[in-house]
Amino acid sequence: MIFDDEPTPGEGLPILPGHVSPGRLERVLRAGKFAVTTEIDPPDSADPDEVFKRAAIFDGYVDAINATDGSGANCHMSSVGVCSLLTRRGYAMVMQISCRDRNRIAIQGEILGGAAMGVANIMCLTGDGVQAGDHPQAKPVFDLDCMSLLEIARGMRDDAHFESGRKLAVPPRVFLGAAENPFAPPFEWRPHRLAKKVAAGAQFIQTQYCYDIPRLKAFMSQVRDLGLLEGPNRVYIMVGVGPLASAKSATWIREHVPGVHIPDSVIKRLAGAEKQKAEGRQLCIDLIQEIREVEGVSGVHVMAYRQEEAVAEIIQSSGVLEGRVPWYPGRDGHPGKQKRETCPAH
Amino acid sequence: MYAVRRWVVRHSRGFEMIYNAFEPVIARLDPLWRSVGYARAERPVAKVERAIKGFLFDCKMCGQCALSSTGMSCPMNCPKTLRNGPCGGVRANGHCEVKPEMKCVWAEAWAGSQQMKSGKKIHVVQKPVDNRLRDTSSWLRVVRKIAEQRAGQGEQK
Repeated sequence: MIFDDEPTPGEGLPILPGHVSPGRLERVLRAGKFAVTTEIDPPDSADPDEVFKRAAIFDGYVDAINATDGSGANCHMSSVGVCSLLTRRGYAMVMQISCRDRNRIAIQGEILGGAAMGVANIMCLTGDGVQAGDHPQAKPVFDLDCMSLLEIARGMRDDAHFESGRKLAVPPRVFLGAAENPFAPPFEWRPHRLAKKVAAGAQFIQTQYCYDIPRLKAFMSQVRDLGLLEGPNRVYIMVGVGPLASAKSATWIREHVPGVHIPDSVIKRLAGAEKQKAEGRQLCIDLIQEIREVEGVSGVHVMAYRQEEAVAEIIQSSGVLEGRVPWYPGRDGHPGKQKRETCPAH
Repeated sequence: MYAVRRWVVRHSRGFEMIYNAFEPVIARLDPLWRSVGYARAERPVAKVERAIKGFLFDCKMCGQCALSSTGMSCPMNCPKTLRNGPCGGVRANGHCEVKPEMKCVWAEAWAGSQQMKSGKKIHVVQKPVDNRLRDTSSWLRVVRKIAEQRAGQGEQK
């Protein structure tokens, strides 16, 4: 959608009444559009062009891009670094902050720094344990957890003070997000845990990968019954999806990646296909279309690790944007901005 | 000990009753703590607390006990020291992402809280840990708070 008050790239939109951030994602969600977000693969490199290149493949297909914070406890360019580069070009960023690597002093500093650079969305995460990544010998910090992080970030924004109580001159205007995993035990607690996150300040949720629609439906119906999708403090739920490369890799992910639940039927469907990679993408499209029909879902979060080039094609084929072209540098002919790179599918 | 702490969580309701009986008793001892001095009582009381709670709950002496809000499952045994619920990495069998041989501390907490009268407290967001309180007695802190509240009410009357 085109806003008639489009700002110069890198500057925020005016904050509308009832909104908390100057960002596009909040506007799209509150306008009731089906939102699409994705994740940029942060480079193992200090090259800024690599970041711009990796962001450009999503141009015109996503409402915001998540910058991961050492996801899977693997070391990459920092989320704050990726956001710093991409907000300069005007991209809507979701800055992920994990509690694993920094204490509350560092984290609150980053919230201010991120907001000052134009980050309008912050995703508060606990983080994967260090044992999962490439530096299992590292010290896990976990000074905060995702809930206390949410509460502190909300306090900074709404009450303009640090956790210590010290005042902020200008608070960070950020839309606050959190993760949820409806597909991990204890299942009956998950909706209540979401309610707790909303009470702590979460305004949007991006879930773990969804390959199990019945489980998602059960979760969403409980979430609706708890009244979490109503009122001024309602939460917007974006469901995580991603293409699986093959039956073999799906089996590996299921066994080794914490919190990812892949039913046998999915693995069977992939194994039975002639071209497993293409089938994985088709499965992802099918899932997006099914998810969209689930009552109360506000969007999808496409995590296509090492298949980022497929995101545009998947979103295009799913039809969820309904002809909408999310903003990208150069969409409205802003001078001096990047030309749109064509995606291989078109 | 892992087996003891799991047994305790299975009997969370009983331990809730024991604690509810125990709290007013040590609170009534406020004049004693005051005559000894709360600061001087700190070390011996913390030692006793560590021995008892260490045996029962694998207590880590964070100094800000949350057991009554966590189904009697000590959150400091979570490898991520989460104070507000399970992470998204809980395995399909309900075990921990970081320590696969251990049942998720928070899956246990949920089960424990469901048997407790104050089970709803698990839904209240807990503040982050105050690291200055590590290795100090939670009991004395609670007792002191109760005594101060009483004194405050007395003044109001």
